[in-house]
Amino acid sequence: MALAPLTAADMEANLHIWLETEFTYFKVEDLAAELTTLARDEQDFILNWIRRIASTHITLAWQFGRRAPALLPRMERRLLEAWAVHTCDIFDRTGLQNALRIMEQVDSFDETQHQNDAAGALYEDIAPILGNFVCGLSGRRLKLEEGDAAWTDGERIVLPPMIATLPDLDDNFQLAKITVALLWAQTRYGSLRIDHATISARYADPDRALTRLYALEILRLSAQIARELPGLHRQMLRLREQLDSALPPAWQPFETTLSAREATLDDSLALLAAAYEEAECPQWSDQGCLRPDAIAAARAARLDIEKARLRIKLAELLDEHKAPQDAAPEAPDTPPELNVEPRDENGQLDFEITLDDAPIAPPDGVKQLLTSVYLDFGEIPPDYLTPAGDGEYDPNLVFDQPDDTDSVWQGTYHEKGAELFPEWDHGRQHYRKNWCVMREKTVTPVYDDFYRDTLGKHAGVVKHLRKKFEALRDENRLEKRQTQGDEIDLDALIEALADARDGSEMSDRLFMRTHRAERNIAVAFLVDMSGSTQGWINEAEREALILLCEALELLGDRYAIYGFSGTTRKRCELFRIKTFDERYDDEVKARISGIRPQEYTRMGFALRHMTKLLNQVEAKTRVLVTLSDGRPDDYFDVYRGVYGVEDTRMALQEASRTGIHPFCITLDREARDYLPHMYGAARYIILDDVRQLPVKVTDIYRRITT
Amino acid sequence: MNARTLDPAHHLIENEPYYEAVGEEIQLFEAAYRQQIPVLLKGPTGCGKTRFMEHMAWRLKRPLITVSCHDDLTASDLVGRYLVKGGETVWVDGPLTRAVRCGGICYLDEIVEARKDTMVVIHPLADDRRTLPMEKLGQTVEATPEFCLAISYNPGYQSVLKDLKQSTRQRFVALEFDYPSATLERRIVATESGVSEAIADSLVRFAQMTRNLKGSGLEEGASTRLLVHAGKLISDGVSPVTACKAAVAQAVTDDADMLKAIQELSSSIF
Repeated sequence: MALAPLTAADMEANLHIWLETEFTYFKVEDLAAELTTLARDEQDFILNWIRRIASTHITLAWQFGRRAPALLPRMERRLLEAWAVHTCDIFDRTGLQNALRIMEQVDSFDETQHQNDAAGALYEDIAPILGNFVCGLSGRRLKLEEGDAAWTDGERIVLPPMIATLPDLDDNFQLAKITVALLWAQTRYGSLRIDHATISARYADPDRALTRLYALEILRLSAQIARELPGLHRQMLRLREQLDSALPPAWQPFETTLSAREATLDDSLALLAAAYEEAECPQWSDQGCLRPDAIAAARAARLDIEKARLRIKLAELLDEHKAPQDAAPEAPDTPPELNVEPRDENGQLDFEITLDDAPIAPPDGVKQLLTSVYLDFGEIPPDYLTPAGDGEYDPNLVFDQPDDTDSVWQGTYHEKGAELFPEWDHGRQHYRKNWCVMREKTVTPVYDDFYRDTLGKHAGVVKHLRKKFEALRDENRLEKRQTQGDEIDLDALIEALADARDGSEMSDRLFMRTHRAERNIAVAFLVDMSGSTQGWINEAEREALILLCEALELLGDRYAIYGFSGTTRKRCELFRIKTFDERYDDEVKARISGIRPQEYTRMGFALRHMTKLLNQVEAKTRVLVTLSDGRPDDYFDVYRGVYGVEDTRMALQEASRTGIHPFCITLDREARDYLPHMYGAARYIILDDVRQLPVKVTDIYRRITT
Repeated sequence: MNARTLDPAHHLIENEPYYEAVGEEIQLFEAAYRQQIPVLLKGPTGCGKTRFMEHMAWRLKRPLITVSCHDDLTASDLVGRYLVKGGETVWVDGPLTRAVRCGGICYLDEIVEARKDTMVVIHPLADDRRTLPMEKLGQTVEATPEFCLAISYNPGYQSVLKDLKQSTRQRFVALEFDYPSATLERRIVATESGVSEAIADSLVRFAQMTRNLKGSGLEEGASTRLLVHAGKLISDGVSPVTACKAAVAQAVTDDADMLKAIQELSSSIF
């Protein structure tokens, strides 16, 4: 049974609150009146989104409310939602002005132009599939990105947010796939090897020349695709028949020439003069567009650096192969002859490297560089093959270096060298993409007596711990009375034989076997380093960590310890105390001693990053233990309150979805009401007395891992 | 109809197993066999290591005893153990002992999977001693010149736990296997599955695309074995796209996006 529609009064009350009309003076009465004409589920849909967007920005929500009722009859909800989320993303990234523009654009939606939007293929949905698809095709690895239109610069393939040319979702997906294939082919078959500016400058109307060159290339590439990907080509023909007009007769000879197997970019260039004269120029709906500036920029950035990289790699390769010959007393002084033979057969690019005529196997990195260089030139230029001399290049400039996390702040671009994490926006009920700017830092070690003092202070506990954890340690042991095993269990056999004599049933559990110790646990500890831990808590945390490490060393579990803190989303910091690979040595002890309270408690990014790190470790069981002193909180930010709680809850859910067992230890004594909700996916424990922490933590760890 | 029961220790492979040499692996193996050096086969799954062993056993006219190693395989499983039969204990030889006694070829597939104590029995067999200590019997069996030990290992698993120790690997002559070149692979797929050259060509091209995906979401690309499976389905009347989906895409991944991507690749080719 459908619910009765809400009355204007019902809605006004909420709208007043959501849109803060006390300050904004939005006329919610008109909006409510408009909404009364709708069915209840339509009302709910729009109101729900107004509320969600309002949590991001009130003006956006208001604009959405004003437009949505009119859009609902002609736009599918799926697309309205996508539009709303997209607007919020734009707001996150570039601010209100651009977001409002996106809002307005929906008004200019012309029905005929957008009649197929209901069946549109959204970038979000197709990107994971087409991203892998383009990876599978040969050649340079191309990245898939979202942008304003479909184009490529030879390193990326850009697709618009939605492809909605056809009335059928599957057809739209196919169209996107064909577009991606055509853009890929431009890199793979050398369409981008020229400087478009130079070519077009020879003509009176450069744009006209470029359009025609692009069309010629599409003809050539379509023929290549027909040979390489016949299945895709069939789809291409089918869709072109539906969408595009037939090739103008004057262009048919061009098509014949360019369909030859050996046709190259030069053939297209040779035909350009003739094509330029043609009044008509064919266009295909799958062709994407040409961005000469982007192509030139990417190429200019790539050429020198790849040359340097290749020459350095070749020098390394040469060193490796020369090393064994050094034993020979007379090494010839002539430089070894390095040859690279590209082979482009069967749709696959391969390279044969010979050193003084002896073939050597190129490592993967070299092969990819060679592929990339080959695609730029159609050959490997000889000067690319002279191995780099010592010190000829500064490797710091040629290879990507990990950025010094502290120096980043002096730069102009704050997000350089950082890792971006999404954050769950509870109000919006959607992620804020690339929201948290996270950097890993190492805790400055403090070499003092903290380690020794802690052990002294807790001597009794340490002794007790040793005993308990040693008992826990799984050791190889003999299991008796098994049905299968390496050896006969004589006791069991004698008993069984006696039983058999006696007339009773003989047991078949006559063997012994060794049980193999297999404690395969990786655990990550995430420690609150926010300012509120100042004092007792910080000290208790550090002591707890020392005791934990002592216990974990006994068990042999792999473990890592990180601290987290942050000020606003732009400055989320994760402090390395011990990574999974590091040993528990003096430096780690000094780092534990050096843990100092920092700023605020932003937890989501830290949990997400630890989830990622834990998932890279090979272990049967993965445990993520967080140690915090209370509610998530951040400086001048929405993170305070429900938002932070919800984001933390979401991050814990994400962790547990990947098979990690999250466990939270909290020292928050007051606000127990929100804890069960926040830790929904995780088990947790509340400690009342800070002083208990060092003793309890190890005990808790023992309980959760046995 | 009754299935034939074979005793691997006395069974010789009668018909030539189909094998296309990629390099000089046949000559190398024969030389190592004559010189009594054990052999280590390296390479990804499904590239023909087991088939190569069958082929060599046929060539050398020796029985082939294959043991697929698993993580619970112990030294006793290889050497033998006492069993209880009607109130008495009876010694039963394990596959390795049988191979040593009958002068066969013992092939330990995926050796890194086995428990570490198996190395104790493999080491003396794999160097110039060529003996098999049988601790529980208090005996040592000396291998005849015909006996040959071969092990296989897939270096692609990047787990530190599953690495072959230097002390083990340095006892073997190592033969590296990889997916055959396109031309060769085409021939293998066509011969094994009976599909036309054109279909085999497309299958091989498809396999190369999935191998390009290795490292970006796929653990391994499609092996030659999978291509043969797909080819066999095709020659039995299944449409190529369906065959690739069942025999290749579903076999290499469970990830939904990756599955779709692989299917898009196969539908682009056929």
